[in-house]
Amino acid sequence: MTRYIVQRLLLLPFLLVVYSFVIFVIMQAPPGDFLTAYVATLSATGTSITADQIQALRHEYGLDQPFIVQYLYWVQNLLSGHLGLSLEYQRPNAELIGAQLGLTLALALMAFVLTWLIAVPAGIYSATHQRSVLDHVITVINYVGVATPNFMLALILMWIAFAYFGISITGLYSPEFVDAPWSIARVVNLLEHIWLPAIILGIAGTARLTRIMRANLLDELNKPYVVTARAKGLREWRLVLRYPVRLALNPLISTIGWYLPQLFSGSLIVATVMNLPNIGPLLLRALINQDMYLAGAILLIYSFLTIVGTLLSDIALAMMDPRIRMET
Amino acid sequence: MPPIPTATEPLLQVRDLRVSFRLDEGTVRAVDGVSFDVFPSQVVGIVGESGCGKSVTMRAVLQLIDPPGRITGGEILYRQGGDKPIDLARLSPRGRLMRDLRGAEIALIPQEPMAAFSPVHTVGAQIVEAIMLHERVGREQARARTVELFRDVGISMPESRVDAYSWQLSGGLRQRAMIAMALSCKPRLLIADEPTTAIDVTTQAQILALLRELQHKYHTAIIFITHDLGVIAQMANYVVVMYLGRVMEEGPVDEIFHAPRHPYTRALLRSIPSLQTETRAALPVIAGTLPHPFNRPPGCPFHPRCEDILPERCATLVPALHSLGPRRAVSCFLHSRDAEPA
Amino acid sequence: MSDVQAIGAVAEDRIAVAPNWKLVWWRFRRHHLALVSAGLLICLYLVVLCPDFFATQSPEQTDARQAFIPVQTLHFLDDGWNPWVPAIAGKRNPVTLRMEWTTDTQRKVHVSFFTRGFPYRALGLFDTNIHLLGAADPGQRIFLLGSDRLGRDQWSRIMHGTQTSMTVGLVAVTLSVIFGVVLGGISGYFGGITDQIIQRLIELLQSVPTIPIWLALSAALPRDWTPIQVFFAITVILSLVGWTTLAREVRGRFLALREEDFVLAARLAGCSQMRIILRHMVPTFLSHIIATSSLAIPVMIINETSLSFLGLGIRPPAISWGVLLQEAQNIQTLALAPWLLIPGLIVIVAVLAFNLVGDGLRDASDPYSH
Repeated sequence: MTRYIVQRLLLLPFLLVVYSFVIFVIMQAPPGDFLTAYVATLSATGTSITADQIQALRHEYGLDQPFIVQYLYWVQNLLSGHLGLSLEYQRPNAELIGAQLGLTLALALMAFVLTWLIAVPAGIYSATHQRSVLDHVITVINYVGVATPNFMLALILMWIAFAYFGISITGLYSPEFVDAPWSIARVVNLLEHIWLPAIILGIAGTARLTRIMRANLLDELNKPYVVTARAKGLREWRLVLRYPVRLALNPLISTIGWYLPQLFSGSLIVATVMNLPNIGPLLLRALINQDMYLAGAILLIYSFLTIVGTLLSDIALAMMDPRIRMET
Repeated sequence: MPPIPTATEPLLQVRDLRVSFRLDEGTVRAVDGVSFDVFPSQVVGIVGESGCGKSVTMRAVLQLIDPPGRITGGEILYRQGGDKPIDLARLSPRGRLMRDLRGAEIALIPQEPMAAFSPVHTVGAQIVEAIMLHERVGREQARARTVELFRDVGISMPESRVDAYSWQLSGGLRQRAMIAMALSCKPRLLIADEPTTAIDVTTQAQILALLRELQHKYHTAIIFITHDLGVIAQMANYVVVMYLGRVMEEGPVDEIFHAPRHPYTRALLRSIPSLQTETRAALPVIAGTLPHPFNRPPGCPFHPRCEDILPERCATLVPALHSLGPRRAVSCFLHSRDAEPA
Repeated sequence: MSDVQAIGAVAEDRIAVAPNWKLVWWRFRRHHLALVSAGLLICLYLVVLCPDFFATQSPEQTDARQAFIPVQTLHFLDDGWNPWVPAIAGKRNPVTLRMEWTTDTQRKVHVSFFTRGFPYRALGLFDTNIHLLGAADPGQRIFLLGSDRLGRDQWSRIMHGTQTSMTVGLVAVTLSVIFGVVLGGISGYFGGITDQIIQRLIELLQSVPTIPIWLALSAALPRDWTPIQVFFAITVILSLVGWTTLAREVRGRFLALREEDFVLAARLAGCSQMRIILRHMVPTFLSHIIATSSLAIPVMIINETSLSFLGLGIRPPAISWGVLLQEAQNIQTLALAPWLLIPGLIVIVAVLAFNLVGDGLRDASDPYSH
């Protein structure tokens, strides 16, 4: 087991190198670069800029160097801990990312807790009370929920809130509080706005999780060890929770690691729709504007967290299931 | 074989038990009127082909039948020591009464010991759970009892084995652990559901010897379900032969083996390969195959495959279980004219 | 009792001699929901074949004066069979200076089926101008599902969007399946170095965070590519990650099957390797592949819709459900014209149908689920 973990950890730097290269390639792939987009924006607003000035800017940003040089320059910076400068915002990337991190994390955690709090009991109930009215209702909700794209749910809920309740749920603050310093009033305002995004983010994954929980539990409920437990005289609820649920949860636990990158970026698409100050929309803007250092930094952190997350999942699974722990 | 102990009252009386399964394609009558008695400290062997309803009968005793199955008729009278017997068929499967009986009075040794233990809990933990459920003891005592039990059933190094997982044990050890769990609360009736089917022959012999020894020691009655007549001959005092959900014949083991009355029993006994048969003789088999559960023949369930069939009677009427003497019965028109009401 | 007996006897015989696909079909038939969904999907794919036939107007026809017209519901009866839609009445709001439309059920615009309308090329083969339905008076425009901010008819645009979105899903999954089966098969059958390389590749791809990479790849597509090029690029991008799971499964099956006796028998009988793979090994898990694919298509559809919605997938003037939903991004607009959400409903229905069919197929093709 330990050997397995060590193996994976050793692989980590290698994977990161490969990823960083691939990411950089993707960053550079679109024709032109940040300056092209920047110049286009400038001319759209009527400001003109001479070719010399463009060349000077290009040189200043190092955009006229060959590809490999730019890549190595970037890696060098990364290794010394600098995530680079955002070309668009003209601020250090680390600062930009850090600013959004707290909120992203809070939202993601709330969504995660909500999802599991609803999905696991619903799945358990559905499996143990098959063909009951509530099971049918849950199943229908599940099917429709899985078929609904996340952003669709966000749109519908936002529309209902706006059209019927007059609540405008974009952004996390009312306009007057967006750039204001922290105060009680600001916190209250935040709480007023955060519940809907949290619910939307939470519900998005619930349908899927409930279905999986239900399917897993149904598989386990037919197994002989459940009969043995019943034959010992255990109460039904106690034995269901202690035995088949425990085993049905195992595959779910192994997906926990995938939440790690989610915690970092939140749900990209829903955050964009709801205009939340999340890392997701930040990445999107960076990609569209070819702000490559920012995009690259975010993507790299994301990849890193994904790998670590997968490793954590495997460790969690090994801890929960002695069969895996002892046979690896 | 020890003689049948003569106690006055039977421990368990199954009367005309019926269990049906309601499937989309139709209703299957898995158990269709089964009656037999079990006396204290007796070993009753229930023998029959796969699908004859023996396991379902036993599940019914413990009220472990899951929907779409249901007990649709009959009584299961259990005598809990001196008082009036309770009808287990009337008890709610998840109710307090039934749960108190399970494990403490009637215990099950299930068919596949590998799958019957939870793979993520140690075997010791699962046995301790059973003990603490029914007896007023603390965890320490329960664990000590478990170690003792392991020693009783012949598991070496019981101290360390208690903390093992079921998949770490060999087949024989697992089965012994299963037996230990079943005996943990000193039940009066043990139901062994094909306990030797999943293990090899040498281990089988050991397990059977163990069961005999434990039965003498604890005076537990055992209902032994199997399709293996050889095992029945070694273990049982009393035999019940089932086919398609009904009892064909029942009686003391010696009489069943030496003087079988029912054509099915006779055919079964004939089909056992023997060292005494001359070489190259064809193995006698019972003609025909088990009918499809939705395709049950009217009249006597065995008649399509019977060699001694009485054409008009056997194909239309179902023979009733007719008593040939104390604790000896057969349901065949060769021996009585009694028929089941239509 | 005798009926059940008879059923039992006949059923046994038929089951004993039916080929596998028939068995699967019989089991599938018993899932009523799956059957209905399959019917629905067939209807949708009919639209894919010839969207213009179902459209009432050219999807590009704009008219700024007819923006945000509400849904004109189709009614069928008016003294007998005489389909009609309510006419629209417009009023300019003096405060916002915006046109506000209402439908007037007193004034009817008659609708006829199989009517003549704008010309188009059906199936890329022949020119015609017959449409499933349209206004009785060819000059009139009807908006069965309302219009958007440029006065374009949403019903017709949805027809075209259906063509794109359903096709992208299908093509992306087909590509995934081809990659998955071929690479997984090679990996499993030949083993050794090839297997190792392909396995590492799969691991690499599987640990890639999909959505960001999709976003990045889509953003990397040159702005000046034609819609068709973008379309194919998007399908390739979407399929790039999907094939890994299938490849793993196929490899696992191949590894197991390689040791099976029937493969050995085939080899001993002199079959070539290709024949062994195609005729002996692949059919054993073909139904599994089909079931998995039909469950993968809705995922692809949702992914494409999400990407296009963000502006990174299919680009206008090409139309897909996601592109249509871009119009609904603005909450104020949505409050004004909630019918802009309808493409989203179609997505939900289509995905639901695929999921039900996929589940039905999976249950029907699994011989051990009974």
